[in-house]
Amino acid sequence: MTKLTMGPIAYHWSAERRRDFYARIADEAPVDEVYLGEVICSKRAPFQEADLPGIIERLERAGKTVVLSSLAEVMLRRERKATEDLASMEAPEIEINNAAGLYARGTRPHRIGPFMNAYNEATIRWMASKGATHVCLPTELPAPSIAVAARMARDIGLGVEVQVFGRASLAVSARCYHARSHGRTKDNCQFVCEEDPDGMPLRTRDEQPILRINGIQTQSEGYLILLQELPQLVADGVSHLRLMPQAVDMVTVAEVYRAVLDQSMSTEAAEARLRQVCADTPFSNGFYHGQAGYRRIAQASLA
Amino acid sequence: MSLAELICPAGTPAALRTAVDAGADAVYCGFQDATNARNFPGLNFTPQELAEAVAYAHAKGAKVLLALNTYPPAGKVDLWRQAADTGARLGVDAFIVADMGVAEYIARNHPDIRLHLSVQAAASSPEAIRYYCENFGVKRVVLPRILTIPEIRQIRKEIPCEIETFIFGNHGLMVEGRCSLTNYLTGQSTNLDGVCSPASDVEYVRAEDGTMASKLAGFTIDRFGPDEKAGYPTICKGRYTAAHRSDGYYAFEEPISLNLARLLPELIDAGVHAFKIEGRQRSKSYVRAVVSAFRNAVDEIRAGRTADIANLVALTEGQKQTQGAFATKKWR
Amino acid sequence: MARKMNKANGYMDTGAQKTREINVEEHSGLSARLRLPGQTGLARLACLAVQPLLTRVVGRIAARHPSLFARLGDYRQADFLIDPVEFPFALHLRPDPDDLVFRAVPRHLDMKPVAVIRGRFLLLLELIDAEQDGDAAFFSRELEITGDTEAVVRLRNALDDVDGSIAQETAAMFGPPGRAILSRLRRNYLD
Repeated sequence: MTKLTMGPIAYHWSAERRRDFYARIADEAPVDEVYLGEVICSKRAPFQEADLPGIIERLERAGKTVVLSSLAEVMLRRERKATEDLASMEAPEIEINNAAGLYARGTRPHRIGPFMNAYNEATIRWMASKGATHVCLPTELPAPSIAVAARMARDIGLGVEVQVFGRASLAVSARCYHARSHGRTKDNCQFVCEEDPDGMPLRTRDEQPILRINGIQTQSEGYLILLQELPQLVADGVSHLRLMPQAVDMVTVAEVYRAVLDQSMSTEAAEARLRQVCADTPFSNGFYHGQAGYRRIAQASLA
Repeated sequence: MSLAELICPAGTPAALRTAVDAGADAVYCGFQDATNARNFPGLNFTPQELAEAVAYAHAKGAKVLLALNTYPPAGKVDLWRQAADTGARLGVDAFIVADMGVAEYIARNHPDIRLHLSVQAAASSPEAIRYYCENFGVKRVVLPRILTIPEIRQIRKEIPCEIETFIFGNHGLMVEGRCSLTNYLTGQSTNLDGVCSPASDVEYVRAEDGTMASKLAGFTIDRFGPDEKAGYPTICKGRYTAAHRSDGYYAFEEPISLNLARLLPELIDAGVHAFKIEGRQRSKSYVRAVVSAFRNAVDEIRAGRTADIANLVALTEGQKQTQGAFATKKWR
Repeated sequence: MARKMNKANGYMDTGAQKTREINVEEHSGLSARLRLPGQTGLARLACLAVQPLLTRVVGRIAARHPSLFARLGDYRQADFLIDPVEFPFALHLRPDPDDLVFRAVPRHLDMKPVAVIRGRFLLLLELIDAEQDGDAAFFSRELEITGDTEAVVRLRNALDDVDGSIAQETAAMFGPPGRAILSRLRRNYLD
């Protein structure tokens, strides 16, 4: 059966907000697996670490599989240390987002995160030979390539995951753009990113919303939403569907996706429900259809 | 010991000959397809042109490095494998790669040809670099432009391969190989198609007052006053507004180029083996000016003299230059 | 992604979202600063006078550098307008190896080029000769590009792969007087 996962929180939510969020996910959200941990900015990690054991325990008690995600960017000493520490864990499972993590992990089992650029069957096969058990495909991969990669990965026994909800990660940098927008540097950021729990909107000079800033990360303005595409994803061998936490009612989002997977809700009804939950945020699925990522491609109904 | 090799860009055979004649120790180039990250219209080499280029470079003692530094999407891996086979047959001196599947293929099928790890692999720690060295026999890493010189010196001590750093040209802001900004607006991917702000989606629109808007796929990336210097129409060099920045500001970076001319002695001292000049998309004129200037500078430094660096600011983006992350952590 | 050429008229079919209507006479910072006052009659006369020269120049270059055309891809039948701002006329280029067009045209001729390349004549000449870097000229705002940017990038890359000096070759076609004119032009430009 296709599993629903909750990806790691990309934003700098307060400790209280995180605790509340995961309590609701544990109690109410029909997701099977939850990714935890700071992926974007190593400066934020200390704010979460104290609560992590409690959150893990809570989620596992609710029957969720917990996976710890590693940093996407590893450069500084503290980032190298954090990656090495994570790679040394026996449980829970870990998802690796940087080659430094692969090096530290060796051939012990691990998942491949979306920042690892597992774009093709040759790379996935290589990673599997080094202990990867599961791969999250890059967000920009178009449908024909997802099909090829997923079938191959499934055939050699890997879990295959695709993001189906939430802002797409478009870039990461060594520079913090949240700090920059406030005239600060990364070292002197004063955690100003906490002010934007769904990212800081950037508009073009024609007042067109275009991107979201999240610390060192740049995200899409639109929420990537794959709904009508779910049957094809499942048919191609995708075993896990990832929901990225946004500052909306994620329990309802998870319920909608579960209902569509269980065929108890039509994609039209599901989209209407997500529209209510997500207010004015544009929806996009261009990457999947090989078009500009921001685009919303209406698919002819699957006969 | 650092050899301070000069690694120079070539978008066309004429540019390659220009670079070699101007004193390049090695020239890097790519085929006319998605296998390299400068897959721009009218640029790059046919196999026949590459064969002639290799002969020309080798006759003058220069090496040719073939960039295969994009990521094959599933189902299209053969294009990259064929490019590697062709490059091997034509006698290139090294492959510059980013994708693990491509690296593994070359390590297995062309073990005698050097592998260089592209900046597109974004290996910015000793552990990440060692991963590629130990698994694929990588001989050199091209470092991302995000490290300070003390950090580079530290990395050098912890890795078994050579280091190449950019010293001049486009100043990439995003972690290379992790940027889908272009794909988000245009449907063409930097990682998969080798494009960045493809010309087919770029449009410059002038207003009556002389201002110029640069547009990508219909989105206004920036608007320049009549006498304001301009840059490439890339998303990461555009001006945007935010709730607290209603004026329109460079959210990522202003149009500016990297120029480390004054840091060459420190880079050599830190153990950098090779200096890379960016700009396969630039003209012969750029190649001639920049390669000559740095050839002269490196030769002076090797001879124990102080290098007199030619003024290259006219060739820079926005007619501005920076030492970026190399000089200070404050850049971050 | 190569866009399909409309063979019938040589213009680009760029799809509904990118319809390009380039007004050749459009105002711009550069032209406002540099353009001479309009001299329509004179322009037509000048076009007639230089045409035989242009035909010879472009024919010679095409014959000597056939590889140039491959880099143009689908843009060999595209119409470029090259606009030296201080000239009384502009230049129409269609780099089709089978039907090469390079002619002087009045600036306000009713045509819809795929792209307009505008700057001082000697800058344009030096760009053709790779003595100047096109990106640098663009960054400095000395060079203006409007229309289909890919067309311009292809043309630039095609010309940049030509070894030697097209300007020198052209000047040489006219013997010592040609070379003298070229060097005088260069001196004036530098002054």
